[in-house]
Amino acid sequence: MLLIGLIAAASLPGFVQIPGGEHRPFYPPSPEQVLLPVQAFGMDITPVTNQEFLDFLQREPSWQDPPIILAEGRYLQSWASPTDLGALDPGAPVTDVSWHAARAYCQDRGGDLPTVTQWEFAADATQTQATGARQDPATLSLILDWYALQGSPGPVRQRSPNLHGLYDMHGLIWEWTLDFNSQLISSDAREAGDQDRVRFCGAGALDASDPEDYASFMRFAYRSSLTANATTSNLGFRCAYSR
Amino acid sequence: MLLSVLLSCVTKTVEIPTALAAESRTTGGSAAGDLGAPVGDPVRAVLTHAPQVPPPTGRTEPAKVIVELEVEEKVMPISEGVDYTFWTFGGEVPGEFIRIRQGDTVEFHLQNHPDSKMPHNIDLHAVSGPGGGAASSFTAPGHESQFTFKALNAGIYVYHCATAPVGMHVANGMYGLILVEPPEGLPPVDREYYVMQGDFYTVGKYHEKGLQPFDMQKAIEENATYVVFNGSEGSLVGDKALHAEVGDTVRLFVGNGGPNLVSSFHVIGEIFDKVYTEGGSFAQENVQTTLIPAGGATMVEYHVEAPGTYILVDHSIFRAFNKGALGMMKVEGDAQLEIYSGKEVDSVYLAEKAASRQSIVTASAELAAGEVSKEAQIAAGSSLFAGTCSTCHQGNGAGIPAVFPPLAGSDFLNADPERAISVVLNGLSGPVTVNGDDFNSVMPPMSNLNDDEVANILTYVYDSWDNAGHQVTAQQVAAVRSGTDRPAGAPH
Repeated sequence: MLLIGLIAAASLPGFVQIPGGEHRPFYPPSPEQVLLPVQAFGMDITPVTNQEFLDFLQREPSWQDPPIILAEGRYLQSWASPTDLGALDPGAPVTDVSWHAARAYCQDRGGDLPTVTQWEFAADATQTQATGARQDPATLSLILDWYALQGSPGPVRQRSPNLHGLYDMHGLIWEWTLDFNSQLISSDAREAGDQDRVRFCGAGALDASDPEDYASFMRFAYRSSLTANATTSNLGFRCAYSR
Repeated sequence: MLLSVLLSCVTKTVEIPTALAAESRTTGGSAAGDLGAPVGDPVRAVLTHAPQVPPPTGRTEPAKVIVELEVEEKVMPISEGVDYTFWTFGGEVPGEFIRIRQGDTVEFHLQNHPDSKMPHNIDLHAVSGPGGGAASSFTAPGHESQFTFKALNAGIYVYHCATAPVGMHVANGMYGLILVEPPEGLPPVDREYYVMQGDFYTVGKYHEKGLQPFDMQKAIEENATYVVFNGSEGSLVGDKALHAEVGDTVRLFVGNGGPNLVSSFHVIGEIFDKVYTEGGSFAQENVQTTLIPAGGATMVEYHVEAPGTYILVDHSIFRAFNKGALGMMKVEGDAQLEIYSGKEVDSVYLAEKAASRQSIVTASAELAAGEVSKEAQIAAGSSLFAGTCSTCHQGNGAGIPAVFPPLAGSDFLNADPERAISVVLNGLSGPVTVNGDDFNSVMPPMSNLNDDEVANILTYVYDSWDNAGHQVTAQQVAAVRSGTDRPAGAPH
């Protein structure tokens, strides 16, 4: 598995092939589905950078100034203009991008945003194991430390990659997922067990597979607060590819 | 039915006027809390940062009140040299104080700053409805939510964030108080203050410098690194102490954000004339220490008779002296010696720290024989120090940051042994700089100690904790003592 990852990283710069497997979701869709099958897929090894997104905007000028319904007013607010990064680090991940804009970028590249399951599966790899990041104290403290950091994100690829060869899955930015709003957790995190299961699939905090996994709680809570035109200064993305 | 039968049996045999009193003193609760539709133009609520409290609403009719509260994630000191990323309602911990009147209709706007990493919401315990507003106020970074509620129950209520993981949001400081005045308002007092306790969990140990991240494991184990009032150690000491004048009636709104610990709230040197236990509508009287649950609040009132410094503590006392739960109220005015003579020693703590007196006996015997060795002085001084001085300066001489100056490696102490003798005998109040840190509190005179006791204590202190090693003799102490004027009747 490690070998495949290395070959993929070497032969296809920019993205790697993630072997399929089984994923233990943080919010199981039903009590029976504690393990979900994951098909092999490709994924960018880093979040999309400011430079890469600038290149995209030059190819696709329609995304330089999208309507509010596709990207709210703070879209690319830290850029000097939609065609000028200004003082921003070109190698830092692009943030302040909406789901629509991120998705357009990925589709332009022949891919799409990763699903929550794909993203969480890929992010659960440690440097040496395909799963276990969610229980790994070093990963958890990296994530919790990140929450305490202020200021804009630094450049990508400053830390070691995980087993799949993916950089910065944790500790740099939040990342968009294709179905960020499909696993709704309740907007009041304490409700659980007495809601409409059809509308709120896997809803409340008490349904979580591991209540001590604060980092996952925060990711799911964060995603559920978003709308597709939302842009925030800590939210970027990377693309996934099904081949 | 059965209960009423039982009660009527009891009332026949024993008079229990309290039962009748309890029946007659009721507010009617939320069922009687709706005072009608809002009257007049909407008003914007005055919000204040702790320890300040907004002025009384002064309204006699229900109003529509607009509250705007902004959530901001922000690095601030939790102790001197120790930073923490707080999540705040209004930029400080605790969150801004909201004051409304029963029957008011509150249009609540929750804004989440665009730079926030997390979504947030608010659960106000003053709301009647599922989640207390939490489900209606879930707000992504850079967004604003609005919801409206009618305040049906008077009282002092906690509000807090209820976004997953709830414990972490609360542990990072996301709580504050909302006061719902009863229709007739609260009885007027001279001063009102806002104090809120919280427990904090950092990766580094207590006083480890630098930016300290949240420690999830310690939080789950309820093993607090800091327990503080108003968001940081020292937030209510020195220049930031609460203030009152002799003769004032003071009302404290005291909340406890938790997330874990229950507060045994006590003001050293005061008795609460009234405690609105758990923030309820009827006061208990003459209370020393009141319990404030996590996610609860109380109102206490007391009349101050004697000038001086009153120490606010969580009387789970290691939290006060080893985790930061310590504040001050400074009361100015003329002394009333018939009420209080002026000493500031709490004998409970002395009893805990009373050590063997044998070394003191040895040193006294040597002194009587004409010659006391430095070793005997140090041994005697060590026992005396543990009994008298360590209450404030701590057993390790480190003091309490911003409150009690250190004796360990103290430049102020080592510079001048004669001044040190004078400080022990005469006390020291007002600003003083020790090892570069400013202190402004009160050390009472210890002139009740005799000359050889003072000499032994100081010799012990000078011999300890990298201090200069001076030996202080009883003769030196006697000389300083005889050169000091004292009021008639004071111990010499």
